[in-house]
Amino acid sequence: MELGTVVFYLVAALVVGSAAMVAFSRNIIYSAFSLLGTFAGVAGIYVFLGADFVAAVQLLIYVGGILVLILFAVMLTHRITDVQITNRTAGIVPGILIVGIFLALLIQTIRETPWAKAKEIVYTPTSAKIGDLFLQSYLLPFELASIVLLAALIGAVVLARKEIKG
Amino acid sequence: MEITLTHFLILGAIVFCLGLFTVLTRRNAISVLMGVELILNSANINYVAFAHYSSGGVDGQIYAIFVIMLAAAEAAVGLAIVLAIFQLFHTIDVGATETLKE
Amino acid sequence: MEHPIQTDYLRWIVLLPLIGAALNGLLGAELQKRIGKWWISLVACAPVIVAFGISVAAFVKLKALAPEERFLIDRAYSWLTVGSLHVDVSFWVDPLSAVMILVVTGIGGLIHIYSTGYMHDDKAYWRYFAFLNLFTFSMLLLVTADSMLLMFIGWEGVGLCSYALIGFWYHDPVNTRAGNKAFIVNRVGDFGFILGIFLIFWTLDKQGHATVVFREIAQNASLFQGQMLWGVPVATLATLFLFLGATGKSAQIPLYVWLPDAMQGPTPVSALIHAATMVTAGVYMIARLNILFSMAPFTLSLVAAVGVATALGAATIALTQTDIKRVLAYSTISQLGYMFLGAGVAAYAPAVFHLMTHAFFKACLFLGSGSVIHAMGGEQDMSKMGGLRKYMPKTFWTFTIAVLAIAGTPFTAGFFSKDEILWQAFSSAHGSVWLWFFALVGAGLTAFYMFRQLFMVFFGESRADHHTQGHLHESPPAMTWPLIILAIGSIVAGYIGLPGVFGPNLFAGWMEPVIAEVHEAEHSAAAEYGLMALSVGVAATGFFIAYLMYYRRTLSPGRFASLAGGLFYRLSYNKYYVDEFYQKLFVEGTLKLAAVGVWIDRYIIDGIVDGSARLTVFISWLEGLFDNYVIDGMVNAVADIIFWSGAKFKKVQTGSINGYLYVVLGAVVLAIIIKLRYAG
Repeated sequence: MELGTVVFYLVAALVVGSAAMVAFSRNIIYSAFSLLGTFAGVAGIYVFLGADFVAAVQLLIYVGGILVLILFAVMLTHRITDVQITNRTAGIVPGILIVGIFLALLIQTIRETPWAKAKEIVYTPTSAKIGDLFLQSYLLPFELASIVLLAALIGAVVLARKEIKG
Repeated sequence: MEITLTHFLILGAIVFCLGLFTVLTRRNAISVLMGVELILNSANINYVAFAHYSSGGVDGQIYAIFVIMLAAAEAAVGLAIVLAIFQLFHTIDVGATETLKE
Repeated sequence: MEHPIQTDYLRWIVLLPLIGAALNGLLGAELQKRIGKWWISLVACAPVIVAFGISVAAFVKLKALAPEERFLIDRAYSWLTVGSLHVDVSFWVDPLSAVMILVVTGIGGLIHIYSTGYMHDDKAYWRYFAFLNLFTFSMLLLVTADSMLLMFIGWEGVGLCSYALIGFWYHDPVNTRAGNKAFIVNRVGDFGFILGIFLIFWTLDKQGHATVVFREIAQNASLFQGQMLWGVPVATLATLFLFLGATGKSAQIPLYVWLPDAMQGPTPVSALIHAATMVTAGVYMIARLNILFSMAPFTLSLVAAVGVATALGAATIALTQTDIKRVLAYSTISQLGYMFLGAGVAAYAPAVFHLMTHAFFKACLFLGSGSVIHAMGGEQDMSKMGGLRKYMPKTFWTFTIAVLAIAGTPFTAGFFSKDEILWQAFSSAHGSVWLWFFALVGAGLTAFYMFRQLFMVFFGESRADHHTQGHLHESPPAMTWPLIILAIGSIVAGYIGLPGVFGPNLFAGWMEPVIAEVHEAEHSAAAEYGLMALSVGVAATGFFIAYLMYYRRTLSPGRFASLAGGLFYRLSYNKYYVDEFYQKLFVEGTLKLAAVGVWIDRYIIDGIVDGSARLTVFISWLEGLFDNYVIDGMVNAVADIIFWSGAKFKKVQTGSINGYLYVVLGAVVLAIIIKLRYAG
């Protein structure tokens, strides 16, 4: 067994385990911190796939931004009733059922599909290429994305403003 | 054994289903948002895996970056909404926000 | 018979009076106002007199021809051609119609002149003469028509004018009722007449000789031999129907009841229409179709029987009547009965001869009575008259001559004609002793009641009141001259028809081409003389009794009247209650039938109509229900279903996001499964 394989499986286990924690944990704080584990694991997966820039971005934004945001929100709304396992509309059982079926379908699909393979797999630094693409082919989406961020920023401020003013 | 594309895809599928499960069963609004993040991440895994194992260059990574950006924006707005709902209902139980129910 | 002479002047005999009638009828009211009555008189009398002139000319022309050739014809206009029927407007003059047109225009002309005096004070002067001319036109059409169809037009026309003239003073409902009665009773007879025409045409048409022209009917008479309909010979059936028409027009039993009532009209009208002309149309018709009648012995016997019964019956009624015109009316009916008696024993020529002489003296009698009424200021009751001899000599003498004639006094016209009929009734192959006997009795009665009238009116003391006595006077010349002429005719006219034993019978000879061969039974001259003496004797007896009763006053009428408890008197005076009988049976019967019809209409027919209306309403009501419950129900049900399903589906909107997600996910899973299974 190669080292790479083992590491992969470890990282994968991290990801899956954290995700499971997020899904099944009763305590919302635990869920939130498990999310941290998930994000980190995913970053590791990216590294595996040779996407260095993306991994860095992942850590920066997801862990540093989104996760913090979520924790803030959890703290701010913590007072009320905690997570409950059963929902009113559908319980765990139907959920597991459906999701299980879905998973099975997906896996089957993935296995049966003849994916096209590249001739050669190279590990190169991607930052330069990504930068080029952002300013050439994907210039428009890039700009639009920045506008979206601006809009989200303003929107979030507007939505949450009342809290401060009262 | 060698790690192939399939492994990554399966990994992505599992994460996706877990995220789906979270969205479906959780009653806490923030938990639902966390589930959404999981789903987005699984999609990203797929993108990057395809980018790596196919001859498409780094386009997949570009997409993944976009997704991350949008996830951030969405998380911000979503949590702002959750806070606003908390202000109004004093609860963030998704079952309680059913004033639109017939 | 084969080659009638074509002329074009005969039509004027008929058309001139028509023109007069049109002028007076359409413009008369104005003309009378602007120009005066004399103009009306001129327009009315001139055509008739001119027509008389033309008739004389035609007569002369005929006389100049050989007897077999005596036919003048004037084909004026081709009228209609329908199927096998072809009718022209044609006028013809043969010996028979020559006699008729002379009588009609001659006596008619005299009566027109008389009327100018009699109707002098009447406001509707023009209307009177318009109708009088119209009547003359119709009568002339009747006697000169060469086909039965054309004759029928004249037949109807005289009926119409009779109605118009009887009801001339229409403001009095009694007069209009009389007019109605005349027309309606006539109509019954006309029905028979039409059926007769149809039968004749049909019989001839069946055998290929479709015609209604008299000449051709006579020529093809043999075609009637052996033809049967409903088990009866057609000739008999047709003649019976035609005879029915004759009884209506000529006032025989059973359709005579209109004639006495017709006396409501002006007296000249009674003279012209109801004495001299219209009522003779029936006799003319039988004489015209004598060939056919001779082929139907049953009808002939019936005709004779009806004739003699009418003659006797009417005479018995005339015995007791007190209205001067009523007596004359029943006398007319009675004399017509004699004419039919003559026709019924196949003595057609004597019948027409009596027609001619009767026209003279009856017209004279009527006009004379008109003169009397005029003098009496409108009074017609004989019991209020008397002694008029002194005041009206001309009227008196002419009246007396006419009475002598009608009574059958020897050497008057009436004697010759009536006697000939009595002789034929006795001696003809179709005659019988009984016919002769009853006719004889009738003759006696005739003499009696006529002299009774004469004595009551003109002799003795006047029974009129003083006021009337004050202005008794003779009538103006316009009225007396016709009287004189007619009286002369009453004597002279008879000499052309001398009985066989006296000398040549010019009249019979004249009529010969028209009359078909009739078998003569042979009787001795002695018998004829004997019968003649008997009839004279009977007439003299009648005169004598009347003389005793009403002149000498030695015999009391009252004694006779109270015979059998007054039963005979009452029966006679009340005309045997025939009018009342008819009224009950026919008039009221018809009215009751009409009432039944009304009832049926109101209850049954209207009931059905109402019922169907109600049914329709009911069905609509049902439809309304259907519409309300079923249709609306269905529409409402659709809406309700939508509501209900909507209510059910509303539950899907739980407001629960998790639920929605589940559904979405489930759908996606399903879609993928299906795609995997069935695609590729």
